[in-house]
Amino acid sequence: MTALRIISPGGYTTIQDRGRFGFQHVGIPVSGVLDAFAFTLANFLVGNPDNTPVMEITVMGPSLEIGKEMDMALTGAQMGISVNGVLMEQWASIRVKPGDLVSIGQVRTGCRAYLAFSGGIRVPEIMGSFSTYTGGKIGGFKGRPLQKEDLLETGDASLLIRPRALPPSLVPVYSSEPVIRAIPGPQADYFDTGLNTLFQCEYTVTVKADRMGYRLQGQPIPIKKGMPKSIVSEPSMPGGIQIPADEQPIILLVEQTVGGYAKIATVISSDLPLVAQTTPGDTLRFEAVDLATAHGVILEHKNRINAIKQRIEAL
Amino acid sequence: MEKKGKSPLVCRLAGDTGLIVEFGEGIDPVVNARVRAVAAAVKTRPPQGVIEIIPTYRSLLLIYDPLTTLPEKLIRFIEQADSGLGDEDAGPFRRVDIPVCYGGEFGPDMDTVAKTAGLGIEEVIQRHSAPDYLIYMVGFTPGFPFLGGLDEKLFTPRLKTPRMAVPQGSVGIANNQTGIYPITSPGGWQIIGRTPLTLFAPHRENPFLYQAGDRIRFIPISPEEYTAIKEKEDRS
Repeated sequence: MTALRIISPGGYTTIQDRGRFGFQHVGIPVSGVLDAFAFTLANFLVGNPDNTPVMEITVMGPSLEIGKEMDMALTGAQMGISVNGVLMEQWASIRVKPGDLVSIGQVRTGCRAYLAFSGGIRVPEIMGSFSTYTGGKIGGFKGRPLQKEDLLETGDASLLIRPRALPPSLVPVYSSEPVIRAIPGPQADYFDTGLNTLFQCEYTVTVKADRMGYRLQGQPIPIKKGMPKSIVSEPSMPGGIQIPADEQPIILLVEQTVGGYAKIATVISSDLPLVAQTTPGDTLRFEAVDLATAHGVILEHKNRINAIKQRIEAL
Repeated sequence: MEKKGKSPLVCRLAGDTGLIVEFGEGIDPVVNARVRAVAAAVKTRPPQGVIEIIPTYRSLLLIYDPLTTLPEKLIRFIEQADSGLGDEDAGPFRRVDIPVCYGGEFGPDMDTVAKTAGLGIEEVIQRHSAPDYLIYMVGFTPGFPFLGGLDEKLFTPRLKTPRMAVPQGSVGIANNQTGIYPITSPGGWQIIGRTPLTLFAPHRENPFLYQAGDRIRFIPISPEEYTAIKEKEDRS
């Protein structure tokens, strides 16, 4: 019996790990999870090493039949999870047995949830990563989102001796109107009044929001008079806020490598999960920060994750 | 001492983990060689904390771990690497022949390109397959080469409305650039032909046939040759 049978795949479910590094120079984007915090916790709660592949679930959850005794944990967006019709907790380990039916519901807050299994989902490693890059049809499960009747295996791992759970006070609350911190640049010099507009106005997430990028709508951001409308194509970083010809910003995410439009600012890496947890209709505001502040936040987040892990282990 | 003709480096922050170092303006083979020379030097002895080094037309993107290194350190490292290098240090390059079946069903925009150029189809093929093209950069999709050296007569603007799916292997023109779509993807370039070669094979020992700095030459082939090569590629 296989470990997991997909009864229904949900909205858009892919296998992801931290990402595929070292191949952007040949046009392979980094891919990987969009919410690194929820991903790290999902693995920790089932006793996996940090970078173990999980399911990234978007908006609507899948239904699965379990074929093996395992620990499982659902983190990230609040979707609701039940086993054999009994509602279970998110951000906590759940022991499942062969024949169990797991059902994950519709998103209530946030956008993306992460489902980890002890031993990790077993898929072939491609160019140093298990992440799905659907555009290139590589990685994850056959290079595509999961479909009905897919059969997946998980790795061998010992089960938890004690269940693990994140204390409720530490569960992140995903806002539908988050304030996103961003560092001006790389092409801040292409803009004048546009910088004020970006950091003062509210922007709405449009329906064109996926793992490649989030198109926003709001006050137009014009390029400064006398500057060219495009740049010599260059690689893009996740979080880059690109201003195309229609003057409406696009936050670039993890399935992009090269772009020819000026980027007015770049979302700090620690706030990318906040962007990825918004859905169409939500509103974003941007706050300018400098590099030292952003690096301080990275260190703070790293320390926070370590503290949380210690606290859960001590429970 | 600064080498004659080298422009000063321009550094730009790309968020909290990326640094862009620009070596010049615009699309220029000399600037591009300088970029590749520095990229090669950095890859030979990468400084601590560097996760990726991505060479582009005229810049390098360095992705770094800010808990290990900082942009100031990386900039000093790049400046040092750059000052000791000449264009000749860009490293050896290969010449890669890419067979292309031009026009017909494989080149739906051949008539547009020919009309824009005021040339016959045969002459478009002759002019497109004449140069050794420099691969300035690879990106957009896995193995998509941005090629410089297109015959000015063949400059054609992008399609007004991009196609949702340009077939794998399509050879296209966008203004002064030409390139090849290694995988089926959306795209707005004018498509004039198709190669039967598999340009991105993730399970092949070397997934790519070329890299930035290599030279590409297009070899015109007939539909029969296309079919024969394609069958061989699909079997391997």
